[in-house]
Amino acid sequence: MNELLKVSNLHASIGDKEILKGINLTIKPGEVHAIMGPNGSGKSTLSSVLAGNPTFTVTEGEVSFHGLDLLSLSPEDRSHEGLFLSFQYPVEIPGVSMVNFMRAAVNAKLKYFNKPPMPANEFLKLMREKRAIVELDNKLASRSVNEGFSGGEKKRNEIFQMAVLEPCLSILDETDSGLDIDALRIVAEGVNKLKTPDNATIVITHYQRLLDYIKPDVVHILYKGRIVYTGGPELALELEEKGYDWIKNQADNIGKEA
Amino acid sequence: MMGALNQYLELFDNSRHDIDNGSAGAMNRLRHDARAALEGRRLPDTGDEGFEKTSIEAMFAPDLGLNINRVALPCDIASAFKCGVPNVSSLLAIMVNDTFVPSATLLNNLPDGITVMSLARAAAERPEEIDRHYGTAASLDAPGTALNTMLAQDGIYIHVDRGIKLDRPLQLVNLTSTPVPMLIPRRVLIVLEEGASLSVLTCDHTMKDSASAVSSQVIEILAGPGSSLNVCDIEESAPDQSRYSQTYVTMHDGADVSIGGMTLHCGTTRNEYSVDIRGQHCQCHLGGMAIGSGKQHIDNSSDVIHSAPHSDSRQLFKYVLDDEAHGAFEGSIVVTPDAPYTQAYQSDRNILASANARMHTKPQLLIYNDEVKCSHGATTGQLDEQALFYMQTRGIPRQQARMMLMQAFMAEVIDTVRVDAVRDRLRYLVERRLAGFDASCNDCSTCHTQQ
Repeated sequence: MNELLKVSNLHASIGDKEILKGINLTIKPGEVHAIMGPNGSGKSTLSSVLAGNPTFTVTEGEVSFHGLDLLSLSPEDRSHEGLFLSFQYPVEIPGVSMVNFMRAAVNAKLKYFNKPPMPANEFLKLMREKRAIVELDNKLASRSVNEGFSGGEKKRNEIFQMAVLEPCLSILDETDSGLDIDALRIVAEGVNKLKTPDNATIVITHYQRLLDYIKPDVVHILYKGRIVYTGGPELALELEEKGYDWIKNQADNIGKEA
Repeated sequence: MMGALNQYLELFDNSRHDIDNGSAGAMNRLRHDARAALEGRRLPDTGDEGFEKTSIEAMFAPDLGLNINRVALPCDIASAFKCGVPNVSSLLAIMVNDTFVPSATLLNNLPDGITVMSLARAAAERPEEIDRHYGTAASLDAPGTALNTMLAQDGIYIHVDRGIKLDRPLQLVNLTSTPVPMLIPRRVLIVLEEGASLSVLTCDHTMKDSASAVSSQVIEILAGPGSSLNVCDIEESAPDQSRYSQTYVTMHDGADVSIGGMTLHCGTTRNEYSVDIRGQHCQCHLGGMAIGSGKQHIDNSSDVIHSAPHSDSRQLFKYVLDDEAHGAFEGSIVVTPDAPYTQAYQSDRNILASANARMHTKPQLLIYNDEVKCSHGATTGQLDEQALFYMQTRGIPRQQARMMLMQAFMAEVIDTVRVDAVRDRLRYLVERRLAGFDASCNDCSTCHTQQ
């Protein structure tokens, strides 16, 4: 079985409102999948549900993550098992320093696999190495998590954390939003450096622009809680040219026929 | 007259001679004024102005014993106690219940110009000094203070001579150890002469196997011109203990006083801070931290009065309440017409970590002057769910993430402690407390088992 992630008929709601209405998605190691779609189609909800955000309730469906029942795992165990979500809006945590935050994360993962905590010098070396990948300033390490970071620094910080945790599946939720062109390049290059034949990436974005830097193998279009179209990289270009209307019309018509 | 007070008035009237015999000088003289002040009064009860959530009446209602005849406790309790605050232990003063334990080590290590001794002994040996200061800051109008003044037979007297600056913190340890339920009236008098400087770390501990006790503590602080005092008061008692602590501070020109009351473990605690800023260019910092779990009840009350121009006061109180813990804060700032150019700030911020925890807060500001900068505010909320989820997605277990957020919330109060060694120690104790360990240091638990 060569599947890293298999989402089958996933339904999820917030309160009484159903947002995901039957998602099917299969991702293999080494692949980059882009998920595009108009505002409000459920892209961020999908990433939140996969990461285990308790705000959403899964009402139906299954998610298999390298053989594990993903939905039965706590958010922290999903992380230990190799799932990473880069937040669209990284959360500021006043009073918790980046160093303490990362040390807690690294050691929690080691503990999960019954390994001893990482020695301090080894940890600092790891931080140094990984910071270089996204050109993250050393000064940010002593600051509180994301507090007072610029938009670009926050997104680079996300990719830095991804580099440290070495996930096998990364979900980048609108990592391009709020980035200038230089920051976008640095973030995208960071993601590309971390790519291996064994890990996979889901890139959630509105725009083709990010996909110029992170080349997708598969492009999905999410609309009204369903994946309504799947194609190759050329699909993203087509969307850029034509907009979403043709997809919306097509999907809405199919809906009516059904 | 009915109520809890009655039993103590009766006891006093019947044992006046014995009480006087166990004490001396000014302590005895003032107790008769205190008795008169209590005539026709009662102890504050829930719902009384300033006591919305805490009943002093209920705290003192049980049939509590008093050590009127000064029965000596086994002295090995104090000698067995070692509290591991690094670099401070050379100046360690211990009170077991309401009795000061003399220590040759302390005496030998005290620099010239600094007195730390039994208050009763000071009242006997240095009557003029004690007469001049005892009872000058504390108000007998407060029934709790009058009761303490009527019954207290001993305590600690600290005096720092003019211009003398102690280079390391003095540590005061209050140990509660009693085989039967007891009322422990304790008195502290701290006098700083002009330009004197002192740092004090106080901690309250309850010895293992001790019966429940109510400690009644009145602290008088007289801060002379240009003097500087830092107090960090850490309570690490036990769920069946009660504490009623009243601190009175008088500040003269240029005095700088910083007091932090940190409640880590307790049963029912009420701390009152009354600060009278009589001098110009004074700096007053009041800080408070309360970490409540189980059924702990923690009430802090402050009353800062500015009666001279150009002085600053800052108050910061923070609570984290879990389980069914209850917290209360009532604070007031009064700026009199005589105090223009005052800067006074008060902030109370609280986190309720469980659905059954409760917080009552009432910040007050009374300004009778236009030339001031003042603010006050209170917030009560919950741990940031978004931050918790974010930390979980990075693999940090929810319980640990909660602890890290609580610790981060308290960092601001910990940072108000000015002595490095004490601040580091407090940070460590808070971390352990939040992690669910006993806050006591390792040495303390060692000595607990030695008992």
